[in-house]
Amino acid sequence: MPSYQRRFLGYVMRIIVNGECTEHPDGINVAELLASLGLEPLRVAVELNGELIPRSRHRATTIAGNDRLEIVTLVGGG
Amino acid sequence: MHQDVLKIGDFEFASRLFVGTGKYKTFELMREALAQSGCQVVTVAVRRERMVDSAGRNILDFLDTARYTLLPNTAGCFNAEDAVRTARLGRELLEGLGNPGARWVKLEVLGDRKTLLPDPLGTLEALKVLKVEGFCVLCYTSDDPVMACRLKEAGADSVMPAGSPIGSGQGVLNPWNIRIILEQLKENDGNYPIIVDAGVGTASDVTVAMELGADGVLLNTGIAGADDPVQMARAMRLAVEAGALARRAGRIPRKLYATASSPLDGVIGTKN
Repeated sequence: MPSYQRRFLGYVMRIIVNGECTEHPDGINVAELLASLGLEPLRVAVELNGELIPRSRHRATTIAGNDRLEIVTLVGGG
Repeated sequence: MHQDVLKIGDFEFASRLFVGTGKYKTFELMREALAQSGCQVVTVAVRRERMVDSAGRNILDFLDTARYTLLPNTAGCFNAEDAVRTARLGRELLEGLGNPGARWVKLEVLGDRKTLLPDPLGTLEALKVLKVEGFCVLCYTSDDPVMACRLKEAGADSVMPAGSPIGSGQGVLNPWNIRIILEQLKENDGNYPIIVDAGVGTASDVTVAMELGADGVLLNTGIAGADDPVQMARAMRLAVEAGALARRAGRIPRKLYATASSPLDGVIGTKN
């Protein structure tokens, strides 16, 4: 599947977030992704291609097509 | 024997009861039950953000992170790699919250979905990695004394043997193994913390564990699944205190035959 497509005036890229394929503007960074998903950065943690991306590096970390992200939060558990 | 304070790594707690946050009917019920339990440590799990609309409620809105030390677990992980990744994610989450629990983790590497028994090899492998990365690690394990020793030797800050399978409510099925674990891991190291974790069904199970000499008890389903979790939480609080006191008080031995409690002579009607 093509990971980039030209749409309107810019490219979108296909990435996998929490196991689901989604489309986002090409070249966004982790902070921008969280903002577009309406997520509070202090309440989630992010892995990019199996590697933890600390909060301090969210803005500096760019996402590429076919990247796999895990965005997790705390839930109840024993 | 117990000191007044439970010490694990550089953590210290007055309450020897750790309580889980899963399986409650509502977050409000969870909040009330945790408060009644008197616990200072609550466990939490790390899962994918469901990204429903913002009306969805978050557990953090019902957990006072200034009051409780959160203990993130690696529940649901069936291999060492997933457990290590989950532990790192848990640390990142708790650092964001400024909670002291960012320094520790309850390590679970499961071997089987039906029994939820731990995978000893995966647990050992993940433990070694997490210690190198600076975590204080509390290891969920079975009641196998050999495995418990191996985990302590590999650097576990606490070993947490299961009383019985998670959520099974069967209590401490093999008190003899728990006693062996306590004796062997505390030899020349009396303060090494051992916490019975999993299978607790009711208050007496907690008291049994404490009377055996455990330093604490961790439970979730026993409270969350009770008909009245708030009442049960209160019972568990009393149970852990009763068990610790009874242990310190020193019980009478078990005997085969009777020893009367009232004097034998001076009974009326006795012929001399």
